[in-house]
This record gives sequence, structure tokens and C-alpha cells, in this order.
Amino acid sequence: MPKRKKSSKTDAAQKGWAKRLLRLKVNGEIKEVATETSKTLLEVLREDLNLTGTKHGCELGECGTCTVLINGDAVLSCLVLGVESEDAEIVTVEGLMRDSQPHPLQRAFADLGATQCGYCIPGILLTAKVLLDKNPHPTRDEVREALSGNLCRCTGYTKILEAVELAARGEEGQ
Amino acid sequence: MRKKAFSVIGKPLRKVDAMAKCTGDTRYADDIELPRMLYAKLLRSPYPHARIRSIHTERAAQLEGVSAVITGKDLPEKFGIMPSTQDEEALAVEKVRYVGDPVAAVAASSEALAEQALTLIDVDYEILKPVLSIEEALASKEESERIHSWNRRANIQKAVSFEFGDVVVGFARADEIFEDTFFFQGNTHLPMEQYCAMAQYGPQDKLTLWSSTQTPHYLHRALSKVLGLPMSRIRVIATPVGGGFGGKSDPFSHEICVAKLAMITGRPVKITLTREESFYVHRGRHPVKMWVKTGVKKDGTLQAMHFRSFLDGGGYSSYGLATVYYTGALQTVTYKLPAYKFEGVRLFTNKPPCGPKRGHGTPQPRFALEVQLDKIAEKLGIDPIDLRLKQLVDPNSITVNGLRISTTGLRECIEKVAARADWKKKFHQLPYGRGIGFAASSYISGAGLPIYRNEMPHSGVQIRLDRGGGITVFCGSIDIGQGSDSILAYAVAEEFGIDPADIRVVTADTDLTPVDLGSYSSRVTVMTGNAAIQACGKLKEILLPVAGEALELPVDDLEMAEGQLRSRSYPKRAISFAECVEKAEGKFGTLGATGSYSPPKHPANFKGSGVGPTPSYSYTTSIVELSCDPETADIKLHKIWIAHDCGRAFNPLLVEGQVEGSVYMALGEVLMEEQVFRKSGLHKYPSILEYKSPTTLETPPIETILVETDDPEGPFGAKEAGQGPLLPVIPAVANALYDAIGVRIDEIPITPDKILRALEGRLKSVSVPWFDFPPPIKWQPGDGVGVQQKS
Ligand code: FES
Ligand code: FES
Repeated sequence: MPKRKKSSKTDAAQKGWAKRLLRLKVNGEIKEVATETSKTLLEVLREDLNLTGTKHGCELGECGTCTVLINGDAVLSCLVLGVESEDAEIVTVEGLMRDSQPHPLQRAFADLGATQCGYCIPGILLTAKVLLDKNPHPTRDEVREALSGNLCRCTGYTKILEAVELAARGEEGQ
Repeated sequence: MRKKAFSVIGKPLRKVDAMAKCTGDTRYADDIELPRMLYAKLLRSPYPHARIRSIHTERAAQLEGVSAVITGKDLPEKFGIMPSTQDEEALAVEKVRYVGDPVAAVAASSEALAEQALTLIDVDYEILKPVLSIEEALASKEESERIHSWNRRANIQKAVSFEFGDVVVGFARADEIFEDTFFFQGNTHLPMEQYCAMAQYGPQDKLTLWSSTQTPHYLHRALSKVLGLPMSRIRVIATPVGGGFGGKSDPFSHEICVAKLAMITGRPVKITLTREESFYVHRGRHPVKMWVKTGVKKDGTLQAMHFRSFLDGGGYSSYGLATVYYTGALQTVTYKLPAYKFEGVRLFTNKPPCGPKRGHGTPQPRFALEVQLDKIAEKLGIDPIDLRLKQLVDPNSITVNGLRISTTGLRECIEKVAARADWKKKFHQLPYGRGIGFAASSYISGAGLPIYRNEMPHSGVQIRLDRGGGITVFCGSIDIGQGSDSILAYAVAEEFGIDPADIRVVTADTDLTPVDLGSYSSRVTVMTGNAAIQACGKLKEILLPVAGEALELPVDDLEMAEGQLRSRSYPKRAISFAECVEKAEGKFGTLGATGSYSPPKHPANFKGSGVGPTPSYSYTTSIVELSCDPETADIKLHKIWIAHDCGRAFNPLLVEGQVEGSVYMALGEVLMEEQVFRKSGLHKYPSILEYKSPTTLETPPIETILVETDDPEGPFGAKEAGQGPLLPVIPAVANALYDAIGVRIDEIPITPDKILRALEGRLKSVSVPWFDFPPPIKWQPGDGVGVQQKS
């Protein structure tokens, strides 16, 4: 394997980068956590807040599995630092349920068999939520376009696209 | 009599874990944290082929926060998935054989520290000439080019040769003989979840290993061998696998290293490989060069085939012994073939080891076979579908190489897919630039033999009945997303006439669950399903008489349905399942039963006949419609139709999901995915961005048609669905491209550069090397093709 450039993490360990008290608003709750300023939001969520529903498939911004919502936008949490996310509204997959009721997207994904291994699903659900929040009745092509940054190696996407459409239709009826 | 009306089977139910996967509750390996946990990292070779002169770990060990550093000396015992080719070391002892081969492992208090410690390990390598291609491996003469020393001829891992029926006579009978060469480039699984394992060594001198693995049982055995611990002291827990596709089926270095590090430090140790490392760990599709000679009558019927395959195996054996056989085993189970010769050889090269990927060794020959049939049909002026319809294998027959076919839905698959795609109207009739192509295939529903020779069942299920009617099903199977946990719940729910939601499923934990061999070879539904049905049968023998006594009814009149045991004739006379369980427990004590399953014995008994047999073969057909712009060679897929004989759909949603996922994976392989290496042995595309795979935008609409044949060997008639549907899609794309623009690309992946070269007449045909194969093992198949079995 090629000699790696020392990653920022190694530098951090060497230089003993300072910890800082972060104040994050995640899934509607204020969380305070003392952590390295070099940590990505993904790392802060998973390692410091134990919100392991957010996944990682590359930590380079290439796969979409780490998607979370920041102020209503889908963001790759591996490309954002924890310190950059203060004062923002962060939503992870754990925050999709409302009053212990599944979100219509979660119901639709479960009902249509859109989850196989499930590893890509948290990121896809959040990306789809942004789409439906902005465009409640997307066409199939709009759904494709919106989800094109979220890789899924299991499903062939067909049932995922159908599930997003089912959720969109379901909301209409409410 | 087999029950035909089902209450659970065939229904589009939710998977038992569907909601947990939508809420983030599913705990994958890397989601587990333990108190006092350490983090491990592996130091990997930067050279494809080198001798290790020395390794100095002192500086790393002295770094504050580092708890342990190990090298090959600490884990000298060799291992490997196949008992006869144990050529892997957890950490290389004398030699490294590919870029990425692990040489040392560190456990430290953080990942960053472990990574820093790696930079303080000094390895002195003597660089050797790397062997990087099939041709170079075949030409290896010098001792320094030899990658392993255990095999007889330098860099030849395994060469096999068979002759079934009389090939000379077959070719003599033929009116036309076709000879073609093909190349299928390697590609990798790319599961979204990277490899991850964690180990804990407890105060009772017991080891627990959590891992994202498809084969916890084989891992259990390998750990015991390498660590020198009895299996009774080791517990392997396979965590829900975030995508496998065959890539998590070997015992791996990182799993063994965290176990050893946990034993040394007495603390839990976790390792998560990076995406780049996952590309180097690989074990994916073998690059295969193929030469096919086929003799046919003027009417297109096959008379004889001679098939040669050359597999580029990478640095270690892995599953390669099975793979080389698989490149020759299943040519015979789709169309009648009276005479067949197969020669195959797997080579060692200084690249990441190849192994099983969805379809294990059969997508490559299937591509060659189905493209050649398309060429034959064209030359003879026969519609390619009609050509195949003339010569489908018969149900209840034995093939020329001794494989037993039970049911086949191939004809129905062909007819349905052709009708839906409007084949007759489109084939040869679409405007230049647009085309349609067809291919068919078949696959095993589970390997007939286990990986290590033994007489024990392939799958075991244990069922415990609780007071209150609760049911817990224990099985060693591991859910890799295909839904194997749900399959257990559905089978038991169907047998007991209860709601699957009332069943708890406990799987993939070697301390708790009976052995199941693992999620490979498309075996899980057939084998765990049958084992579960057997366990239910034993419990029914207890429950039905108890209910009969309570209801004062003969057992013959009883059925289990809607959570009750009740009279068939007067359904109102009923006792609830829960009440019956309590009465039975009162009478007999604690209630539980086990069931097991082993595949039927196969008819052939020559050396090498163990690869290919299966309880039943699945069949698939696919039609692809696409456009190709002759200026840019850009391909646009319009639609894929696919029909799959799944025996019976346990749950149509899950079967469709397997079919759609297979189509998707096939499209990635045929159009873009490549695992290729530079002269330095480095991967050309070791990231998700560079290793192109289809997104939502490249995946076309897929129309799935399920065909049910009610196979007698399958649980409720089911066959496999997870791998077979990948096979026909790849050649169907190649055939559609030919229909569109009139060029044949006999090399996978079919990329724009190759298409443009072909359009300009500059694409060379695939060169296949010469090799002196061993004399064939000859085997005569009884009466030949289509032997009718007594039913
Ligand atoms: S982990 Fe892959 S995009 Fe963030
Ligand atoms: S469900 Fe496995 S990656 Fe999408």
C-alpha cells in the first residue's frame, strides 16, 4: 500500500489537538460533548454521542451512507467537522420517528422490502426526506436524481424508488 | 401431500428486521463499543512481491498508548478456507504476495495512535519480481518468481481436466464448429459496509469474536486452528452483515489479529478496515480468459463442447480450488449437451486474492457460452431464442457430467420474458443504434458438499416453545441482507399456523445456535428452511395429540392455523396455540426440538464431482434493450426483463429484491466495474469514486417475473434466488449491443473505448495462452442426456 500521507487524525494525536466543548442540537435535543476539534461530525455522532444509526462507507464523501440533515439539507457528515455544526439543527436517522411512530418513509421502506442489508438505508431515508420536504410529489426521475449520491449495492434501487413514491403518495392521503 | 394453500409463504410480508434497519437500531459490527476497548490497525505491504528480511517493532511498541504489536512470528499457523490449500498467514512470515498483504498489527488506545504506530514499524524487504498476469504466471521459471512453494509447478495453483461422453464423436457429428475466445475482467463486491471485527478475551479464558462475516462456522474453525484454542473456548458472533456478495466468506487476517491482540492485552480490540483496504482485501470475481469450441448440427443442436478457462487467482488460494471447477461445472445444466470436455487452471499472481463473488466462477463461462450461442444462432439463421428452446434440459434428468436436474422452469422463463419484452417484434427490427439481446442461465441452490469433508448436517435449527406461546428459533445462519432471518420466521410461522411477528429469531452465534454453514452458494433458504420444517414436525408430533386429547378429536382432523389448533371440519372447535403449548409442557416438560438438513447424495463419484451438485437448480432468462451512440459509444439501458425460476417465492418481495439486486450487480460488471492493477501492483481504482459502479441514474427499469416450479427438494418448493439472476444479464447486454450496432465485444467490461475500437475494426480478439493440461478424468454418464429417473 502506498505510504500514506499522515492523516489529520495522526497529526491531531501527535500534536494533541485540544478538545473543546461542543454544543450540538441533534434530533431536537441539546447535547454537550467535549471532543477533539479535528473530528468530523460523523465521528462526533457515532463515537461521542453513540448515535450509530449514521453509517460510514468511505469517509471521503463518495458513498452517501453518512448523510444527515443540517438545517434541513442533506449533508455528508464525513465531510463536515463537528465544530462547524454548532448552532445548527441536526437530524439523524434516530430522529426520523415522531412520538415513536415511524416516518412514512420508514414505513414504506419496510413494507416494500426496500431494505436488504440496510447499511445504506439511513442515508437514503434522510436524502429522500429532504426531497419530499421540498418536492412532495416527485417524478421517478426526480427521485433518481435526488438519490444519485447514495450508493446501494444490494437492492438495484428499484424498491427504494418505489418506496419513496409510496411514502409521497401516503402523505397525500393524510 | 404437500400443502398448497399457504398462510405465510408467498405473502409480501415485511422482513423481521425491516423496521430496525429503517430506524438505525440494527447494530453492525462497527456500531459495537465495549469498555476499555482498543483499536487495531494493520501494516500492509507496499510491494506486490517481496521477501521479509526483518521487522522491527520496538519503536512502535514504545509509543505511549500502544498496548501490543504483533507480527507473523506470533501467528505462524497457516490457514485458508479450503482444507487442501491452507496457504494464508494472518501476518506474512517470510514473504508478501500482493500490495496490501498484512505484515504487522498494532493495538492502541485510539485509531489515530494505532495508525501512527504503524509508521514506526521498520520492515526490511528484499523486492522480488512480481508476477502480474495469467501469461506471466504461466511463464514463471525462476525460483524467485515462484509465489508459493507448496504447489508443484511454479504459480500453477490447480489444473483440472475432464471429459464426459465422447467428445471426438460429438465433434464429428457436428455440421458446424465454432471457436471463440473471451475475457472477463475481475471486479470486486464493494459492500457498503467495510470489513470490521472485534474480539474480547474474557477472564474465563474464552474468546469472543464479533465480525461482519458470511461464514461464522468456518471462521470459528480457522480461529481455533491459528490461535491454538479449542473451538469450545471460542464464540463467534456474526453481526448483521452490511453487504457481502461473497466478499466476507473467507477467514481474514484482521479477524485473527484482533483475536490475538485481545488475548495478549486482555482488553477488547476492534478493527475497521478503510475503504481502500477493503479494495485490497478483495476476494472478488476472478479475471478469466476462456476458449470455447462448440460443435452444432445445422438445426443448431449442440453436439459437443470443449471449454478452457484460465483464472487469474491473485496471491493466495482462497476459494480458488472451488472456483476453477465452477468455471466448468454448470455449462451442462441449461441445454442438452451430449459430450463435454473441460480444462481449467488457476494461477497465482501478485495481486489481491480472488475468491467467490455472486455466481462464484460461473458468470464468466456463462458470458462466453451465451454470447457464442448468439453467434451460432446468427450464423445458422435461427432466432437465438428458438435455438435454445430446441434443446432445454429435461426435468428429472442427469447431465453428461453427472448432475441431477430436478425441476426446471426454463421454458416458462424464456416464454414469459420473450412475451413481456415483445421479442419477436423487436429482435433485428429496431433501428440502428438500438438493440435487444437475450440470454439464459442456471445456478445451484446450495453446494452439495460442505467445504470440509464431514458427515454432519449442513444446517441445523433448534426451536424452543415458551409458556404463553412464544417461539424462539435458533440457527447459525447469518442474515447478509437477503432475509435469512425472515425465512426462518416464515417457515416456522407457516408450519405452526401463527403470525411470524410472534417469533423471535436468534442467529449466527456459535455459543447459542446450531451450525449452519453460512451465507454462500445460495444455500440458506433451501437448507435452513428444510431444517426448520423438520424441527417443527417434531414439535407437531407433541402438540397435535395434546390438542386432540383436549378437544376430543382425532389428530387427523386437526390443523394448525390462525394461532390455533383446530378441527378441520368444525373450525370452531379449537384450542389456542399458547394453551396447547402449556398443556404439552405440563405433560412432557420443557418443549424444544431440533431439525437438520443435508443435501441429497449426488450421482457422480469421480474426483472433482463435488462441485456442481445441488439440491436443485434455479433457472433465469433475461432480455436487455439498449441504445448505443455509435459516435461516443455511450450506452443507454432502456429496460431489463428478467424471469427467474425460484421454485416457490417464500416472500415475493424478498425474491424480487434478490433478482433486482443481481441485475444491478451484473450491470456494474458488464459496463463499468474493474479491479485492475498497475505495474507496481497498486490498485488503479481503490476508491468508490474511481471504481465506477451504477447509481440510481445508471440503473434502468427492471421488470421481474417469478416462475414457480414447486421443487420437491425445496422447503415449500423453494429454490435459490440470490445469485442465479446475475448470470444471464451480462451476456444479454453483450448480445443487445450487437443487435444495436453490429459489433461483438467479447471482453467484460464492455466500455466505450472497446466499442469504438470495435467499430473502427481495431479491437483484437482475446488471446488465450497455451497450457499443457493434465490428461482428462473420463466419466461416462450412464445413458447420456436426459436420463429419466424413476419418480
Ligand atoms: S462515509 Fe461515504 S460519503 Fe461519508
Ligand atoms: S441495502 Fe445494502 S447497501 Fe443498500
